[in-house]
Amino acid sequence: MLSDNLDAPLKTPSAGVFVWPRFSGWMLLALLIAALVLVPVAVTFSSFSHIEGDTLAHLTEFVLPGLIANTLWLVLGVGIGVSVLGVSLAWLVAMCEFPGRRLFNWALLLPLALPAYVTAFVAIGLLDFTGPLQTALREAFGPITLPEIRSRGGVILVMSLALYPYVYLIAKNAFSTQGAIALEAAQSLGLSRTQGFFRVALPMARPWIAAGLMLALMETLADFGTMAIFNYDTFTTAIYKAWYSLFSLPAAAQLASILILFVLVAVVFEQRSRAKMRYGAVGRSAASRRIKLSPAMAALALLYASTVLAIAFIIPVTQLALWARDVMADDLDSRYWAFAWHSLLLAGMGALIVVGVSLLLAYSGRQRPSKTMIWTQRLATIGYAFPGAVLAVGLFIPVAWLDNWLIDTGRDWFGFEGHEVLKGTLLVMLLAYLVRFLAVGFGPIESGLHRITRNVDEAARNLGTGAAGLLTRVHLPMLRASLFTAAAFAFVDIMKEMPITLMTRPFGWDTLAVRVFEMTSEGEWERAALPSLAIVIAGIIPIILLTWRGAHSQNQPHG
Amino acid sequence: MAELILDSVSQSYGTRQIIADLSFSLPEGAIGCLLGPSGCGKTTALRCISGFEPIQTGEIRIGGEVVSLPDWMLAAEKRRVGMVFQDYALFPHMTVSANVGFGLRSESKAARQARIDELLILVGLSGHADQFPHQLSGGQQQRVALARALAPRPRLILMDEPFSNLDVELRERLSLEVRDILKREATTALIVTHDQNEAFALADWVGVMHEGRIQQWDTPYNLYHKPTNRFVADFVGQGALVTGNVINDHQVEIELGVLNGVIPVECGAAGCGECVRSCHVDVLLRPDDIIHDDDSLMLAEVENKAFRGAEFLYTLKLPSGQRALSLVPSHHNHAIGERIGIKLAVDHVVAFRRE
Repeated sequence: MLSDNLDAPLKTPSAGVFVWPRFSGWMLLALLIAALVLVPVAVTFSSFSHIEGDTLAHLTEFVLPGLIANTLWLVLGVGIGVSVLGVSLAWLVAMCEFPGRRLFNWALLLPLALPAYVTAFVAIGLLDFTGPLQTALREAFGPITLPEIRSRGGVILVMSLALYPYVYLIAKNAFSTQGAIALEAAQSLGLSRTQGFFRVALPMARPWIAAGLMLALMETLADFGTMAIFNYDTFTTAIYKAWYSLFSLPAAAQLASILILFVLVAVVFEQRSRAKMRYGAVGRSAASRRIKLSPAMAALALLYASTVLAIAFIIPVTQLALWARDVMADDLDSRYWAFAWHSLLLAGMGALIVVGVSLLLAYSGRQRPSKTMIWTQRLATIGYAFPGAVLAVGLFIPVAWLDNWLIDTGRDWFGFEGHEVLKGTLLVMLLAYLVRFLAVGFGPIESGLHRITRNVDEAARNLGTGAAGLLTRVHLPMLRASLFTAAAFAFVDIMKEMPITLMTRPFGWDTLAVRVFEMTSEGEWERAALPSLAIVIAGIIPIILLTWRGAHSQNQPHG
Repeated sequence: MAELILDSVSQSYGTRQIIADLSFSLPEGAIGCLLGPSGCGKTTALRCISGFEPIQTGEIRIGGEVVSLPDWMLAAEKRRVGMVFQDYALFPHMTVSANVGFGLRSESKAARQARIDELLILVGLSGHADQFPHQLSGGQQQRVALARALAPRPRLILMDEPFSNLDVELRERLSLEVRDILKREATTALIVTHDQNEAFALADWVGVMHEGRIQQWDTPYNLYHKPTNRFVADFVGQGALVTGNVINDHQVEIELGVLNGVIPVECGAAGCGECVRSCHVDVLLRPDDIIHDDDSLMLAEVENKAFRGAEFLYTLKLPSGQRALSLVPSHHNHAIGERIGIKLAVDHVVAFRRE
């Protein structure tokens, strides 16, 4: 609907004749932002242009088959895990009435605050052979061995628990906007509730569920920290090893480009699901028509939801807090505050850049609406799909090249013995953050800007306000909430971010996430808990925002 | 406050003509209205006048100043034209008084506050100065939008379907109120609507638009009683066309009898006098042109009826099979199929030459 409106002025008489899009400053700006995404992808793929025979042979023979198998298992397992958890919980919360439903409505989102790598090391710390649970079981019942947590099943379990909220959130919205009416229609046509769920509500919600699932799978493919902790070899960890252990940039880039192929499949599915999501966004909220569960079923629902919440959030956070208390006396020193300061500083700078560029990109679309513009915006915000490890490689290569060019030019033309000016700076890291998290900032700002109707602009102009006044007196004040949301989301995502920070940080820029990586790679779970706890606390902010915004939009149907 | 003149203005997207050869003039202080079905180009005309759409031919003048030419337009913010939008487009982050004061930047603080107070009294919202738009009802928001547009004393006020978001009862009351406010501020105003009741209640001058052209620019009275073409006759009010023959320049015969009056037959061509005699025409009969009379010998069959409270609107089948409408006091309740006596009471003969 939106795109139809935007296209209208462009429908020129010469139907069928290709008309070059009109280029303007705004269009150029949007294209430049989109180029930021394309450069790392192009650079990554160009790594195949000079193939180092040995590396490639080694890769294809020993590394790739394992990586691909691991990745496929992971995608399959996590895909099933998040779908089952996400859809079932969404259905319970959106459509059924049971004790604690209102609490679970938002509490089931809490695992979003826990980066998967944190859940991962807590799980290992708790469930390992030498961990407290198994030790206690052995002491009580003799030699019992639980299934090994450091396994494929373990990774899948942890990732599913960490990522189900993506499916849960989006499926819950689908069910509560269209579920009740559809279900009532189905019942009036003689279907039981169960039949209604499987034959009507679930198929109707499929595009939403698929979109949530694809987001979860992109996160799975992008994950580095969890895989490193579990020693589960995937592309991200292989890229990291090629980067640090083999010091082979081409190998890293080649691995990255194969990973991109996986990601692109997910992107295509996600975009197609999103296009289909338009059809059914009708109907009122289901609030008054929830299914009243029998006491036994209600108890089961309560048990199920609390178990998921306990395993995915409460137990890990409690364990983190306990460990953190143990090491606080030793670790809460000036070094810790330096990590925290670096995290805050980087996340703050990154968030500002993300918000600024998002605003420019969203504004370009408002100034020059066209089909080309919409595609450019989509391209520019596709970076959320690309794993941090890929972006780190893809942006490091061109920056290093630019650096060398500067050095060469300086020496050849000016006889100036220069050294690297860009490589050791924050440039690569901040650019990579921008590409990866632009969508996070663009979403809220774009929809905020969209809510300001053109009539508002015209009203301001009729009252004698020029372009600058329009921005400062009308748009920015009206966008304040959106800008804040965008900044908060980007801030937290950057704080949690591990591979980009790890691979491109300048010397001395260790952050909380880097500290977590270093401690976990030495198996020092207790000492990883303190920095993790800070990340988790920051991560709760966007969940509060999400919940608050959801409640707010329900109270104000016209807002 | 100024006179608005459009002189053969046209505008098109590609080959699709949106407005064509639009000409009218609205005297200073008058309220004009563009009336037409959706898609007739009336909103585009408004946007051309407010400075958001370029024009391709003609010119637009406000108070004698040219504001739009085919390759030039004065920027919207410099036209001093106020606009009231269909969705009001209030600034949601500002209070009522900040909204009203938005266009008063250049004035001193005291003068600004005085003007805001004055307008809030005028629109009857003095008690709501510190509220936000979402706390107001639809009708109140509408009046804030009007006050905001009036505040900088624009030369001209434009209103785009100003009452379409309100319910019917409120619409009527508010349109009289708005007329009163506009007259008190002595503002020239142009309103766009598809609702003729609204147009008739508000406007001194109404232009009926169809397919981008003004069909007739006239007073509401004349539009109803002296429509100059079939479209206007059909679009404004109810009625039916019955066939007739012109006898001479003041008599036309239809199957119900001979009508007397000046007959403005629209021939289109020059040498009209020739065609007047004995030419075939369609005569417009309004529901109030046919009265029910039990004693009349002229009979018509009731084909359909609609109860309107005080009246019935009967659809009658005349002896020849043609249909006509009649408005009859509702104590004359006749069954469908019944034949009732009727007689003619035509004040203004409106006839169009049959092609």
